[in-house]
Amino acid sequence: MGEIKEVYLDNSATTKVAKEAVDAMVQALTIDFGNPSSLHRKGIEAERIVSKSREALASFLGVKAREIYFTSGGTESNNLAVKGTAYARKRYGKHLITTAIEHPSVLDVFKRLEEEGFSVTYLGVDYSGHINLEELERALKPDTILVSIMYVNNEVGSIQPIEAAAEIIAKNKNTLFHVDAVQAFGKIPLIPHLKGIHLMSLSAHKIYGPKGVGALYVRDRIKIMPLFNGGGQEAGLRSGTENVPGIAGFSAASELAFKNMAAWQARMRELKERLKDRILAEIPDTVVNGPDNGAPHILNISFLGTRAEVLLHALESHGIYVSTGSACSSHKKGRSHVLAAMGKTAEEIDSALRFSFSPLLSQEDIDYTVEVLTKEVTELRKFIRR
Amino acid sequence: MKRIYMDHAGTTPMRKEVLEAMLPYFTEKFGNASTVYSYGREAKATIEEAREKVARLVGADPREIFFTSGGTESDNWAIRGIAHANKDKGNHIITTSIEHHAVLHTCEDLEKEGFKVTYLPVDRYGLVKVEDVINAITDETILVTIMHANNEIGTIEPISEIGQALKKLDRKVYFHTDAVQTVGKIPVKVDELGVDLLSISAHKIYGPKGVGALYIRKGTRIKPFMTGGAQENKRRAGTENVPGIVGLGKAAELAERELEDHYKKLSHLRDKLIKGIMEKIPHVILNGHPTQRLPHNVNLCFEYIEGESLLLNLDMKGICASSGSACTSGSLEPSHVLLAIGLPHEIAHGSLRLTLGRDNTEEDVDYVLEVLPGIVEKLRQMSPLFPKEGR
Repeated sequence: MGEIKEVYLDNSATTKVAKEAVDAMVQALTIDFGNPSSLHRKGIEAERIVSKSREALASFLGVKAREIYFTSGGTESNNLAVKGTAYARKRYGKHLITTAIEHPSVLDVFKRLEEEGFSVTYLGVDYSGHINLEELERALKPDTILVSIMYVNNEVGSIQPIEAAAEIIAKNKNTLFHVDAVQAFGKIPLIPHLKGIHLMSLSAHKIYGPKGVGALYVRDRIKIMPLFNGGGQEAGLRSGTENVPGIAGFSAASELAFKNMAAWQARMRELKERLKDRILAEIPDTVVNGPDNGAPHILNISFLGTRAEVLLHALESHGIYVSTGSACSSHKKGRSHVLAAMGKTAEEIDSALRFSFSPLLSQEDIDYTVEVLTKEVTELRKFIRR
Repeated sequence: MKRIYMDHAGTTPMRKEVLEAMLPYFTEKFGNASTVYSYGREAKATIEEAREKVARLVGADPREIFFTSGGTESDNWAIRGIAHANKDKGNHIITTSIEHHAVLHTCEDLEKEGFKVTYLPVDRYGLVKVEDVINAITDETILVTIMHANNEIGTIEPISEIGQALKKLDRKVYFHTDAVQTVGKIPVKVDELGVDLLSISAHKIYGPKGVGALYIRKGTRIKPFMTGGAQENKRRAGTENVPGIVGLGKAAELAERELEDHYKKLSHLRDKLIKGIMEKIPHVILNGHPTQRLPHNVNLCFEYIEGESLLLNLDMKGICASSGSACTSGSLEPSHVLLAIGLPHEIAHGSLRLTLGRDNTEEDVDYVLEVLPGIVEKLRQMSPLFPKEGR
């Protein structure tokens, strides 16, 4: 993009792959290219990469290697967890619980299960994007077979009380608890081993790893149905030739994220607070969507009196990349289901931008963003009658 | 030690050109294709370019190509997607007994849901008969799924004849073919084959693992398989694996350009390998069709020998080979394909699959021909079943 300064503030959509991850992938793409199921040397080399990566990932999460199943990404992990549980446990009941603010890869699966005869309770959220534990407790029934709650919301960064929810859910012995941790993984400490959590979805490309690979944590002795049939890879739960390079890149990226977690978290929070404080102080009619103290990497702000898409493109012309919500739904018409569930007004929703951070950003990047925002928001407001 | 890789039906080494095409998309062009600003638009444009290349390779319209995580997902999506979308029309599926497990196990799974599946037999070369397919059709049949070529024995099935015959029926029966082993090896054109759905995998054509595609003919009634975001025209959710898709596109482009040379070179090496082994080693059976066969596939049974020990001995000499499909090589069961072509258990156990690739040379073939007879002889001497001459 020539001389224009670039500030990438859309790290919740996807991230740039870290050099360490690229190196690990290139090795697996070229030298260790074997099929892990083959019995010869090339196969054994590839199998070793997969098992080492599995062990590494498990150790970062404090779980057993055999509890990690590699998938093609967060969407597949969510599809597998939700469908796989519903189909495997329907003899115990057909009631499912989730929240109104889940990622489409969870929500759409629940919609489909409803069409197939399951009943679903969608928990609401408060003004800052948090579920109410009492509502969860009331919703649980003897025939509830699955609760699925996201750890960190991808649009507003609210962190759900997963530990407390797990405790409540654990009282129902037939209920499995799935946590979509795609936005939490590598950003905040995770607790999959916690009593009461059975399934957890992870994705690589949100943590400087490659696209096309993710994982599902499945607690020992928990049986769910596979989405795919075939060669029986991943202990039968996920058939298909293992994406060895993707898995190697995932593991390398996870290592970086876990090694640097405290430092990166502090760095991102500092940048986020700076951007938030300056916007609120310097640009009038701005509202933060989401909690005061959410995830360190996500900030959602409404610039009242502007249209988010227009502002987004105005920022883009200055080399600043943000989003209007989740990347996955940005092609869809219609308003953010997350902000709507939080009780935001139409004006707030239509003018909301999501800024998502990486530790690679500098204070200058943030200051430049504020400068551009101030100018563009002022310009845009001139044309919009309020 | 000399290292020779002859397991290209298991997976292929990725080509340098493919890696070079992919690399920028990990770092400087890493955007999420669903985002609306320039990074995302660039990623989106790149995906569309790759889609065109894949479409060209199989003679399809780009809008009929959908990217997936690989051949297994493509097969599962095709079969489950058609079954679930058309169950109001019927509940019968026809396939063969020699399909890849991604097809076979999916069909078995659908049986548990109440679908009825006919598993057609094959002849001793592994060929399915067109009239068997047609005779199996009932008023309930909604899908026929037959692989284009078998991954173990290399037999090429009469897909276009079946496609033509299905078109003559007075009702619509969808036709899917698993073309994972044929794309890039022999001409694969969806209209000539007469198929509605066709599965493609990148890592079998010198592309990356973790990416594949499903061709879905326009107008086909199919349910999405992976749901969530609106990617792939709302038919396959999940952030697009941009580098993987770019890699598949590049591999498809190269495969199309080099198809003829690749075919000539490999079929020559294949014939030399088969001829040499048959001449040098007694009690060998060629599995699969002698001529209607993939250009890179050699599959043989060595009587009185255990396939696994043959593989280990070859591996010690630097030769990477397989006893059948990579996906089942961990199991002790003999190949379902070899049993389906009528081999008895004890012979099916002694199978060896050598699958050639673009890097293999005449010297590689000579080396295998030099090493293999000694290994076979040694193993036979150790075998209690082998009739020892002169004793």
